[in-house]
Amino acid sequence: MFEIHDLQVRYGAIEALKGISLEVNEGEIVTLIGANGAGKTTTLRTSSGLERAYRGKIVLNGADITRAPAQSRVKKGLVQVPEGRRVFPKMSVLENLQLGAYLHHDKAKNTKTLEQVFQRFPRLADRRRQLAGTLSGGEQQMLAMGRALMNQPKVLLLDEPSMGLAPLLVKEIFSIIRAINEAGTTVLLVEQNAHMALQIAHRAYVIETGTIVLSGKASELADSDEVKQAYLGG
Amino acid sequence: MEQLIQQLINGLALGSIYALIALGYTMIYGIIQLINFAHGDIFMVGAFVGYAGMTTLRLNFFASLALAIITCLLLGVLIERVAYKPLRKQTRLAVLITAIGMSFLLEYTMMYFVGPDPRAYPALPDFMRATIKITDNIVITGAQILILAVSITLMIALQLIVRYTRIGKAMRAVSQDPDAARLQGINVDTTISFTFAIGSALAGAAGVLVGVYYNSINPLMGILPGLKAFVAAVLGGIGIIPGALLGGFLIGGVETLVAGYGFSSWKDAVVFAILILILILKPSGLLGKNVKEKV
Repeated sequence: MFEIHDLQVRYGAIEALKGISLEVNEGEIVTLIGANGAGKTTTLRTSSGLERAYRGKIVLNGADITRAPAQSRVKKGLVQVPEGRRVFPKMSVLENLQLGAYLHHDKAKNTKTLEQVFQRFPRLADRRRQLAGTLSGGEQQMLAMGRALMNQPKVLLLDEPSMGLAPLLVKEIFSIIRAINEAGTTVLLVEQNAHMALQIAHRAYVIETGTIVLSGKASELADSDEVKQAYLGG
Repeated sequence: MEQLIQQLINGLALGSIYALIALGYTMIYGIIQLINFAHGDIFMVGAFVGYAGMTTLRLNFFASLALAIITCLLLGVLIERVAYKPLRKQTRLAVLITAIGMSFLLEYTMMYFVGPDPRAYPALPDFMRATIKITDNIVITGAQILILAVSITLMIALQLIVRYTRIGKAMRAVSQDPDAARLQGINVDTTISFTFAIGSALAGAAGVLVGVYYNSINPLMGILPGLKAFVAAVLGGIGIIPGALLGGFLIGGVETLVAGYGFSSWKDAVVFAILILILILKPSGLLGKNVKEKV
């Protein structure tokens, strides 16, 4: 459903991605784990069209989107929840969610999607008039995810949803990710928290300094010595 | 006391013009962090288009105003596309210098066509020249009422667009976080174009109003009001729309008061003294929050 072939990305002379390939099948949760600076965020930013691919191919539903502008990727159903949530701080929760439906003009459908988002994140419903910048980190993560859901994604890209959150909240967020996936959305999850990510993912890729070094079933990777040593604290 | 009230009325009219120009400065800064130094010259072009509308084309005041607004709207979009968009990924300084160059280009292109001498603005129809006497010493002119009415209408329209329309929300989103806006499917380039369109349209309207108010226009008339409107935008907090309104009215008020009490030759100096003071005391402006620079 979503494929990356031999993707290279450069920032000036620095090679951020040295040719990575990965694949996410319909209905899967795939996780991309790795240390800080390994190239996880670059992978997602390039997938969404915020960075330019130097070489390689990005394919969504069989269509080559490597050079497509960001908004057309969103239109095709590739939606990202960026690292650090990036909610619009000076807009209300409701306005943030409405912006998530920017490309969707069917008002009745949008209202229905909004109800579903509020069902999934009741706390957002309580705070709908509040400015997004005044929300706690966990609430902002929920808002960023809710905003992405307003876009009715086919493939949801999540960049470090656990970042900076208390363990209990991380659990909550991850169970919501699983629920979103079970409701039919394909998920590519980028995480430093390998432990949690491997628990909910079907398959996983491990990235190190711009190269995929390992891949396989999430449960098998969680048991492998290399992953245990490098990412799961022994 | 009566003189004070009279000066405040005059200040309100002048201030609303500054506010219209300052709104464009602040919106454009808000969305691409550019002080568009050509903005004052778009205002000048507006004044001349309005003049041409009322003289050469024999249109009435409102049709000429509309013509100036539309021309400046298109000019603003064109300038952004041709001069600023290719520099989107360059340093802010490069764009700033381009804006200064664009400013000279507009000034001297206009001078080439109309000559450097000032022209008298066409007289308004009688009903707009009527004056209302409140007391013997307090007089409101028809032109002042017209200026206030036009500017306030445009300001309300702007607020409605920015608050409630789809493109208005996109503008706010892009100004707060362009990358996050892209991830919602917002076309950032279109949104920036739209911002230039609205800001330049307001400047065009202000140009016609200044022509009506001061009765005289020339190709360099945009420089000083442009700079003062820039001071107004900084005073209110650059990038903040209500701040531009507040700053515009304050600068207009201060300027007329200083002039009205016999210090006419000091009125410009006082405005720029305000700029220096605000930059020392509260660089983020009256309505701005002090944000620490992220490193």
